[in-house]
Amino acid sequence: MVIEKPTLETVWGWLAQVPDPEIPVISLTDLGIIRDVQWNDDMLEVTVTPTYSGCPATRIINLDIETALRAKGVKKLSLKRQLSPAWTTDWLTDTGRQRLEEYGIAPPQGAGTPQHCPRCKSAQVEKISQFGSTPCKAQWRCTECLEPFDYFKCI
Amino acid sequence: MTQPLFEFLCRMGDNTLVLGHRVSEWCGVAPVLEEDIALANTALDMIGQTQLWLGLAGEVEGKGRDADRLAFHRDVWDFRNLLLVEQPNGDFGQTMMRQFLFDAWHLAQLKGLMTSSNEQIAAIAEKSSKEVTYHLERSIDTVIGLGDGTEESHKRMQNALDRLWPYVGELFVSDNVDDVMAAEGIAPDPASLRVGYDEVLDQVFVAATLTKPTDDFAHKGGKSGVRHSEHLGHMLTQMQWLQRAYPDATW
Repeated sequence: MVIEKPTLETVWGWLAQVPDPEIPVISLTDLGIIRDVQWNDDMLEVTVTPTYSGCPATRIINLDIETALRAKGVKKLSLKRQLSPAWTTDWLTDTGRQRLEEYGIAPPQGAGTPQHCPRCKSAQVEKISQFGSTPCKAQWRCTECLEPFDYFKCI
Repeated sequence: MTQPLFEFLCRMGDNTLVLGHRVSEWCGVAPVLEEDIALANTALDMIGQTQLWLGLAGEVEGKGRDADRLAFHRDVWDFRNLLLVEQPNGDFGQTMMRQFLFDAWHLAQLKGLMTSSNEQIAAIAEKSSKEVTYHLERSIDTVIGLGDGTEESHKRMQNALDRLWPYVGELFVSDNVDDVMAAEGIAPDPASLRVGYDEVLDQVFVAATLTKPTDDFAHKGGKSGVRHSEHLGHMLTQMQWLQRAYPDATW
């Protein structure tokens, strides 16, 4: 029996539908953590890089990738971990950034501080803490509308 | 001596494991919620780094031990962490002073390891250095804020520095393992990191209005495993209790 292998483009498309377990408005490809997808003979190899080395979501992410690809009929699958080059927030896609903002999380900025409050868009913001509810976020506050908000840390 | 590379990797992994556990002891009891979250996040980064270091150590050793096995099934004399990181938390100021003294060394060490002749070590160092840059930024801010704060906070930070200073010397002492690592281009010579470290400390202590002790006496024996302080064994009874009570338990 001959089983047709899905194209790599198709596989990337499937992965683009897998949400991040902590921030479900963005997908794993938006987050920039899928580094490579290759066929090695009849084995599909997906290379993933962790956001933070201790992020507990990493294990769930691997499980979600496996579940999604198995559901599409992928039989032989191998997940590889790649540490270098280390993940950077520069790899977040523009769609990902936009969705973060709509969700109420200020996307990372080169300057290291949020551009504006994701709710009222005021630039009057101040840092509450360098750390936040997940390893990838910090806590900020808008001094205009007074709402606290998450800022996606820039690394 | 067992393989020098295995020893070296245990040192890196045990530093982050022991300090990661120590810092996690603050979870739920830190002075304010934001600091509680910050401490827990810092601990999480260090535990993540531990998995990478000890995972590689287990691979290099080749006896089928993984990171969990090394973390939970070794007794105190097999730990190779610096004495500094096993010291008790004390008050919040002492915890942050310990963190600063460690972070400043840790970042310099990781930057040296990024050009390691061993690709796996270089990759772990590249990943970790991003997280540790962030840790150092925060510990510097806190040390300055509390040192140059109220009379009470200043006094506590100076006491913390005086208390922890005798554990700083060990960061830069070398032995056979370090000599082999340096000769093979795997890791920097510990002594070579001292000048840069002192520069960072001097700058921070001026801003924090703290006085660096002049006595160079240094406690040693943590990274060689010859003589840990009494605190580590007590810490392990907490950290390892589940594996001690129910060996090989999994979920």
